[in-house]
Amino acid sequence: MQNQLLIGYDDRHTFLNRLSGSTKLLSFVGLSVIGMMTYDTRYLIGIMIFSLILFHFSKIKYRDVSFVMSVIIGFSVLNLVMVYVFAPHYGVDIYGTEHLLLGSSNHYFNLTTEQLFYEFNLLLKYTFAVPLALIFLMTTNPSEFAASLNKIGISYRISYSVAIALRYIPDVQSDYRTISLAQQARGFEISKKAPFMTRVRGGVQIMLPLIFSSLDRIEVISQAMELRRFGKGKKRTWYMAQKFQRNDYLALFVVALLILIGIALFKVNGGRFWNPFK
Amino acid sequence: MTAPIISFKDFSFQYNSQTEPTLRHVNLDIYPGEKVLIAGPSGSGKSTLGRCLNGLIPQSYPGTVTGSATVAGQDITQSSIFDLSMNVGTVLQDPDSQFVGLTVVEDMAFSLENDQQSQARMRTATAKWATTLDLQDLLTHRPQELSGGQKQRVAMAGVLIDNSKILLFDEPLASLDPASGKASMALVDQLTHTQDLTVVIIEHRIEDVLQQPIDRLIVMQDGGIVADDRPEAILRQSLMAQLGLREPLYLSALKLAGVNLDDCHHLDRLAELQVPGLTDKLQQWTAGVTLKAPVKHGQPLLTVKHLTFGYDPHAPIINDLSTTLYRGEMVSLVGQNGTGKSTLSNLITGFLQPQAGHMTFNDQPLETQSVKERADQIGYILQDPNQMISKTLIYDEVAAGLVLRGVDPATVEQRVFDVLKVCGLYEFRHWPISALSFGQKKRVTIAAILVLEPAMLILDEPTAGQDLQHYTEMMDFLTKINREKQMTIMLITHDMHLMLEYTDRTIVLGNGHILMDATPADVLTNDAIITQASLAQTSLYTLAAAHQIDPTEFVAKFVQAEREAR
Repeated sequence: MQNQLLIGYDDRHTFLNRLSGSTKLLSFVGLSVIGMMTYDTRYLIGIMIFSLILFHFSKIKYRDVSFVMSVIIGFSVLNLVMVYVFAPHYGVDIYGTEHLLLGSSNHYFNLTTEQLFYEFNLLLKYTFAVPLALIFLMTTNPSEFAASLNKIGISYRISYSVAIALRYIPDVQSDYRTISLAQQARGFEISKKAPFMTRVRGGVQIMLPLIFSSLDRIEVISQAMELRRFGKGKKRTWYMAQKFQRNDYLALFVVALLILIGIALFKVNGGRFWNPFK
Repeated sequence: MTAPIISFKDFSFQYNSQTEPTLRHVNLDIYPGEKVLIAGPSGSGKSTLGRCLNGLIPQSYPGTVTGSATVAGQDITQSSIFDLSMNVGTVLQDPDSQFVGLTVVEDMAFSLENDQQSQARMRTATAKWATTLDLQDLLTHRPQELSGGQKQRVAMAGVLIDNSKILLFDEPLASLDPASGKASMALVDQLTHTQDLTVVIIEHRIEDVLQQPIDRLIVMQDGGIVADDRPEAILRQSLMAQLGLREPLYLSALKLAGVNLDDCHHLDRLAELQVPGLTDKLQQWTAGVTLKAPVKHGQPLLTVKHLTFGYDPHAPIINDLSTTLYRGEMVSLVGQNGTGKSTLSNLITGFLQPQAGHMTFNDQPLETQSVKERADQIGYILQDPNQMISKTLIYDEVAAGLVLRGVDPATVEQRVFDVLKVCGLYEFRHWPISALSFGQKKRVTIAAILVLEPAMLILDEPTAGQDLQHYTEMMDFLTKINREKQMTIMLITHDMHLMLEYTDRTIVLGNGHILMDATPADVLTNDAIITQASLAQTSLYTLAAAHQIDPTEFVAKFVQAEREAR
């Protein structure tokens, strides 16, 4: 009945679980930024392997994430195709050489090694961060999630709203289901049998009660929070916040080192691109 | 004498959104260590008074205040919600919607986090209160996974952790099954003594609260206090019914037996009740009433055979369940929270698909019918009217089902007007639904289903959140359509009073099976079933047992006498 569409936290008893949420968040953000900036293929392959090894150690089962994975892969492929359609010569522009594989240089759609190489880099960029993001989401206790957002400088009100919104997703989903069925019982046909416009109108019928019941929920929860002094001070403490342990410092050190290598490669390559065609 | 901890002097309050004051000239003193019950019909201002105590008024609900109100020495108009919350801990009606933390322990520590306490101090405090409230084994659970009683204990822990001296409960019994409600009241009483608390309980189920001693009963009506005395004095004057409140059952029984209430001692505590010659009077009365043969309903309407369902097929919620409902029956479905009462109705209405089993309605198999087709014959009214209402005007909401079924406009209007009259909503037909009270909204949802003329109605907690007047109106109305149209009605409820007084048959659900299927009087006098299904003995049972009368017979006769009086 209930498909596991959303990815969920589970204590898998690995060293990644024991790292503090802030460490994982900082590492994920740091590595993503450097990975997005660089086009050094050697470096990208390096951190890709690094993140796959971590993913292996995280004991996350592939079937738990297969849905998310297939969505991401689908979008990446689509994106790569679109890049080729709109800019088939971009690789040539970047690397300054042209090694033709198919077609001739005065055709709009030709295929060059440079373009393939450029798109390979893009593919690496899209995918290396995915295991890291999954590790962060699936090994961080949701309770610690807000605390770690707060620790890296985001206001605790925003951090808490994010955490609460995440917590309410299942409730809203079940509300939606109940309301939708109650409306169908009244005679609103919203299954695939009905014409498109009827379905849209049926959807609107569900939105109204859903919005009202969600607004009720928000009012009650915000009163309950206020009655327990949420928002009183500029700061708050977190029961679940983890103090940095030796492993956290170690992890941050490794990540910092990786980032420094990335920056050093900018100097070596004289820019963001590594050019094997020269 | 000590100074009052809560003091209202000629206090009135008008919400900015309203044209008239909700509280009028309230004078009220509550002293430290008192346990006070505030009761009153809906709209009497009792919830508003509660909001004044915890500071939501005038901070979150702006309005005009006249007179003065102090809580723990602080003027409520001058102090913030945050300041007041150090002194007043509030437990809201529905613990489910007030949990903030993702786990029990985090929810307990929530206010300490906001006070920027260190983790070490939070751990000490949560450990202490987990021991006091018996939550040690639940600390890492999600609050949503707990039973109703456990949830309420977590909510209490979350406010007691501030060491506040005043504890305010807003309808604490509304979302609990009878057994948990009883346990919860006992716990509150114990805490009052061990933690030196002042307790204010807002609740209209007076009999359930009175299971534990109450120092003072305050009755509100139309924004003012109309009675403020020891419960015994108010009970003796038989003021309850007059004030729109439900009288304890044993009190009605005493009156039926012709007992003069002035002769009674400890009228508020059944266990200590002393009345000269009570045994004789009760036995005489019982002997004088003959039970009529129950009305037989012989025409099967809904048959359920070997029904099985579970989200996890290895742990079925409904396990090989079989039963038959007959045309014209009024049935109550009871059982512990989470035992599958709603799941069963969802299976009947087609909201869920069973893994095994077979159902027929009017000799037609139900499996092949869609949600909409089943809805033409079986109306299902959800507990929360907000989940059902999809239009902004009452007329449109009630007409929607007919319009979608392509009924011609003239007939639609006729049928909608008829049903609105039956439901007492005709005068409001052009009103926006947002202007209605909770109870009125509930009646709109019932009207919207009734207009489709189903052969059977399933109502989930139809009387929750309704005061005695609306409760009686609603139930009289359901009884009327049950009799006149031979409509089968199934009520899902926690309310023992409701099942006893209005239904002819009770199905007790537990562990996915039917534990018992008998008359309400039989069910409520069966100790084993009461424990298994988290029901509660009624005071009638206790009264009968204490005076050597067969409880089942006594309860049945009492119900018969009450129905005849109606």
